[in-house]
Amino acid sequence: MAEPILVLEDLRKAYGALTVTDNLSMTVQAGSIHALIGPNGAGKTTLIGQVSGQLAPDAGRIRFDGHDVTGLPMYARCRRGLARSFQITTILPGFTVLENVAVAAQAHDGHSFRFLRPAAAEARLNEAAMTALATVGLADRAALRAGSLSHGEKRQLEIAIALVMKPKLLLLDEPMAGTGHEESERLVATLEALRGSLTILLVEHDMDAVFALADRISVLVYGRVIAEGPPDEIRADPEVRSAYLGEEGAP
Amino acid sequence: MSRPTTAASTGVRWSVPLVLLVLLAAVPAVANAADMGFAISLVTRVMIYAIAALSLDLILGYGAMVSFGHAAFLGIGAYAVGIASAHDEWNAVVTFPIAIVAAGAFALLTGAISLRTRGVYFIMITLAFGQMAYFTASSLSDYGGDDGLTMWGRSEVFGATPFEDDTAFYYVVLACLAGCFLFARAVVGSRFGRVIAGVRENRLRMQAVGFNPYAYQLVAYAIAGMMAGLAGALLANHAEFVSPSYMSWQRSGELIIMVVLGGMGTLHGAVLGAIAYLTLEEVLSHWTEHWRVIFGPLLILVVLYARGGLGSLLRRSGGDG
Repeated sequence: MAEPILVLEDLRKAYGALTVTDNLSMTVQAGSIHALIGPNGAGKTTLIGQVSGQLAPDAGRIRFDGHDVTGLPMYARCRRGLARSFQITTILPGFTVLENVAVAAQAHDGHSFRFLRPAAAEARLNEAAMTALATVGLADRAALRAGSLSHGEKRQLEIAIALVMKPKLLLLDEPMAGTGHEESERLVATLEALRGSLTILLVEHDMDAVFALADRISVLVYGRVIAEGPPDEIRADPEVRSAYLGEEGAP
Repeated sequence: MSRPTTAASTGVRWSVPLVLLVLLAAVPAVANAADMGFAISLVTRVMIYAIAALSLDLILGYGAMVSFGHAAFLGIGAYAVGIASAHDEWNAVVTFPIAIVAAGAFALLTGAISLRTRGVYFIMITLAFGQMAYFTASSLSDYGGDDGLTMWGRSEVFGATPFEDDTAFYYVVLACLAGCFLFARAVVGSRFGRVIAGVRENRLRMQAVGFNPYAYQLVAYAIAGMMAGLAGALLANHAEFVSPSYMSWQRSGELIIMVVLGGMGTLHGAVLGAIAYLTLEEVLSHWTEHWRVIFGPLLILVVLYARGGLGSLLRRSGGDG
């Protein structure tokens, strides 16, 4: 088996007396879609925060693509090919949809200490942005102000922003949160089409989506991985059923 | 519905600056014909402050960096020219670059610290640096201290004296304003400007696509400082006098008012704001010494009813045609 693209070693993060990530170790294989599930408060978003560099772990190491990135800030990890979407929509509301994606393309296309040439006229950035928007089905919204999109469209925009950076590893923090059934299906299809071209670590509550997409599933409870394996194994695991799936009814 | 770039707003983008340029270019001729020579000096001063307000709009309007110490850059530019004159260095080709670099260096240094904070703390720390510059200037006893430093003339260019004639100096200042405006407009539309505006919109998002906001904001801060330094060098020449009051926090506040009054994040709004503020000050202060009693409520009305400042009033009246 190839070297895992992401290795977490003994990660620990506590807020006061509350341990949110508890000596957590896990690996994500390159090219896979790896789902992270668990009840509310299990520490999923905190873990994504540590992997992306938004939060610093109290202890432990994060290896990404063969390098220790534990001490790197978020923007530096991003430049190495680690992109993320946010659970709470995080876009540039005053920019157009196209600009939201083009500025992400710009971050990965040479440097941005260029002061005179109009960025809006850079065809390479705009074309890359349009391609990413077409992938998520937002091409016809390109000229709108991003703040005016519907909630579901903003979720799609987040994916487009992440995709245009051509990341090696994409962290998706509940991309389907608050979207309608149709939009969720569309997103599942989008992610399915990406399978193999990049690695995805997916945090999601929508169990239909998780079991449809995931090659592997890790179950997180109170900051610890209580089970990990292919979807069928996880579905059958009695501990998982009682800790998590049982609460919402087995899928 | 949002209309990102309609024909009307594109029209305003260039029509307002062009109309302003034509009007400003005509001022000396009109003033001389109407025997109102003092107007040339007044508008020269307005344009100098417009450059400073423009530089502030670059970081405040586009970058949401509320610098409350912006007058320090203005004062440092002015003192660079004033102190050079005290040492008998009059050549603008030497003193102006010194003024610009000195103000830029001060911006880089103070910005490197200030930009580690945000919000109210950023306002407070820039205010503190501004006051430090103010008190430093006040204590320069060799250069006038509290009383300020009188220059015995204006800058020269290799012995020639193009600044001595008020009308010629007027056009020098107008050219500087136009140059700064064009430069600032290029910057806000560039890759760099897009990053600055992106950080204003959502800092986290910009970090998450791979930008280090600090580096970009610091460079923007230094650019704004240099531009304000140029305004300071012109101000020293205009008044033939430099004073610590150029750096006072009240002056920094006035610059913020100009930008807000004219409309943040439009560039020409900063110019309109400088014109409106200083003209109102001139007119009202002739009328009564308590002119701020009238000016205050006017400002409140603009903030309440014309959120985008004077620039947005122009857009509203001219945009629907």
